[in-house]
Amino acid sequence: MDEKIPFWRDDRVLKIIGQVIAVVVFVTVMLILGSNIARNFQSLGITFGFGFLRRAASFGIGDTPIPYTPSDSYGRAVLVGLVNSLRVMILGIILATVVGIAVGVARLSDNWLLKQIAGIYVELFRNTPLLLQLFCWYFAVFLNLPGDLENPPRLPGPIFLTQRGVDMPWPDGTLQTWLSVAFLLISAVLAFIIWRRRTTAMVQRGESGRSLQMILIGIGVLALLALIFGLQWDRPNLSEGAITDGLNLSPEFGAVLFGLIFYTAAFIAEVVRAGIQSVTKGQWEAARALGLRPTLAMRLVIFPQALRVMIPPLTSEYLNLAKNSSLAIAVGYADVYATSFTTSNQTGRTIEMILILMATYLTINLIISLGMNTFNRSVQMKER
Amino acid sequence: MTTTNPEPSVIAAPPITQISPGAWVKKNLFSDWFNTILTIVCLGAIAWLGYGLLTWIFTQAQWQVVPANLRLFFVGRYPAPLMWRPWTALGIIAVSAGLTWGILARSTWLFNRTGLIFLGVLAVLFVALSVPVSLNTSLLLLAILGLSVAAAFAGQQIGQRFPTLVSWLALGWLGIFFIVFGLIRGGLFLREVRLDDLSGLLLTLLTAIVSIVLSFPIGILLALGRQSNLPVVRWMSIGFIEIIRGLPLITILFMSSLLVPLILPPNVRIDRVVRAIAGLTLFSAAYLAENVRGGLQSIPRGQSEAAKALGLSAPLVTVLIILPQALKAVIPTIVGQFISLFKDTSLLAIIGFAELLGISQSILSNPNFLGRYQEVYAFDTVIYFCCCYAMALASRRLEKQLRTENR
Repeated sequence: MDEKIPFWRDDRVLKIIGQVIAVVVFVTVMLILGSNIARNFQSLGITFGFGFLRRAASFGIGDTPIPYTPSDSYGRAVLVGLVNSLRVMILGIILATVVGIAVGVARLSDNWLLKQIAGIYVELFRNTPLLLQLFCWYFAVFLNLPGDLENPPRLPGPIFLTQRGVDMPWPDGTLQTWLSVAFLLISAVLAFIIWRRRTTAMVQRGESGRSLQMILIGIGVLALLALIFGLQWDRPNLSEGAITDGLNLSPEFGAVLFGLIFYTAAFIAEVVRAGIQSVTKGQWEAARALGLRPTLAMRLVIFPQALRVMIPPLTSEYLNLAKNSSLAIAVGYADVYATSFTTSNQTGRTIEMILILMATYLTINLIISLGMNTFNRSVQMKER
Repeated sequence: MTTTNPEPSVIAAPPITQISPGAWVKKNLFSDWFNTILTIVCLGAIAWLGYGLLTWIFTQAQWQVVPANLRLFFVGRYPAPLMWRPWTALGIIAVSAGLTWGILARSTWLFNRTGLIFLGVLAVLFVALSVPVSLNTSLLLLAILGLSVAAAFAGQQIGQRFPTLVSWLALGWLGIFFIVFGLIRGGLFLREVRLDDLSGLLLTLLTAIVSIVLSFPIGILLALGRQSNLPVVRWMSIGFIEIIRGLPLITILFMSSLLVPLILPPNVRIDRVVRAIAGLTLFSAAYLAENVRGGLQSIPRGQSEAAKALGLSAPLVTVLIILPQALKAVIPTIVGQFISLFKDTSLLAIIGFAELLGISQSILSNPNFLGRYQEVYAFDTVIYFCCCYAMALASRRLEKQLRTENR
């Protein structure tokens, strides 16, 4: 048995050789590409560097959540784009989750009609491209709204829909507003804690939970008062063919937001449906046999188990939404991709802008993944 | 068991309960007050939406834009004298699809209810086309449909005689893909059509199909690389997959259209379409790799151990034992991947290609059809929806079939 294996048949040697070849090929390709880039840069007369970000951008941006003028730097323009992107992503994730859960539950409803409507919605929105939907929202919905500001259609609680977007009431931003916001946050946390204790008391000790319910109602009334009067709502005013005050959401923002919400919600609805269906029927029956009412059985038994199945696919839907927000460029919403694209076009700094874009999107994805993974760990089954 | 049955019980089939329409309505729509409210709200919404939609379709919409540009939508600016080539390609595909269908359904009824409805809708649609477009187009389409049905019957006969043909279907389709591609593109003795000149649905289909076919081997290699026990290969695969998956497709297309010219030697030029296809392929390969990895991980360890015990070498274990099982497990996911790639080709419109959505935008900028957004987008929606939904349905059927085989 001491016959030596020749090295070209020795598994250990082969593995090392294979890896060395892989590294060599990789490095060679990179070097060739790198030298090409250097040569092309030389012929174009540019040098690699991020100094150009300090030069004046001299292009306008429609939506500026932070102050910006065309005389500001390219860096500032990209930053405005980033804020615009984050605005759409955060609002989109929250609202798409709400719509998605509602539709997902509707697909499991006892009501035949509702189930069919939810099904048609999901199939229609999942099977058409997001870009087409964005175009529809922008060109066929938002730009098709009445252009004259004499008598625009208004929704309850003065919200105006016109070609210049959605005008709606918005908190004024005075000290009183911020105090009210703080109060609302505190009462929300308090209400959540009391609600949890009430559920525990009702389920584990069989109490009626009346007294805690009264406290909850009290908090709710106070919060409602703070919401209506404390926030100092600034209502849009319609006067002489112009809408002043309030918050104006541009048609571009509206189209991107609505497009992302309704597209992603269709996918989230399927995730929710699959999650709830993955909980076996026995769990329902056992919960009902223990005397839990259907709503409680849903909340305490079915939903926590469904959540474990739902979170990983939900995370990837959130990541998709974040990445899809880059389609905003198609309807002229200045998100981080759009501003970077314009910058790259004006300065010819393609490689730098691509690096910035990569860093931005990878960071955003990482943050979403980390957040969702933490959440995932907290809901997974605690085993020995 | 505490209770004993004195006599062996006869297991009866569950009773078939006939539900009267009234009882069905009561159970499904008006079981309690909440359900009733839901039903009324839904009915209201349906009536409102349906009324609005129908009045728009039949009174307000100006549909001339669609038939006037039908050729642009489907084949874009494909040279008019060469139109017989897309038609022949369509004929080849229809006949092959019919044959495949017949071979697959060799032991069952060829036409179930869904199939008949589908064919009927197609036939009515083709007849309806004769009014706004031309009688010739309509007759041509009907003839192709007839050929397809005839091919299905023939396929059934062939399939019954040679049942082993089923395993060659995938290879056959690959061959058909090359034939059709050659026909559209030209070359050899046919006049060549530049890839950059293709547009419309033709370009959408071409980019989607070429990308998925190319991304398949790359995706499998990446998945194997990620599972490999060679650290360098593993880390390179992980790096590639995670970076691509972390980026929006539009940035990858942006790179393919602007970065590739920068990293190539100055005298090398690559067609725009080829660069875009490369971008789509890399993007789709990274996602495919993750899907295939799911399949690889679902194969129990015992399979590879048993194969090794039989004396197979490591590559043979992978190719003969692991991959076939893994791929079979992820076929539905791969179909899903293809659907999303098909939808994603619409992003080419942003980087200036005239695929289906891009050509719609350029039709809309034609002064004759200014402002006809709703009609054009409605038409696009129907096309995309039909393609994607048909694939989704096929995937669901496939899933069901695979599951029963595994039982």
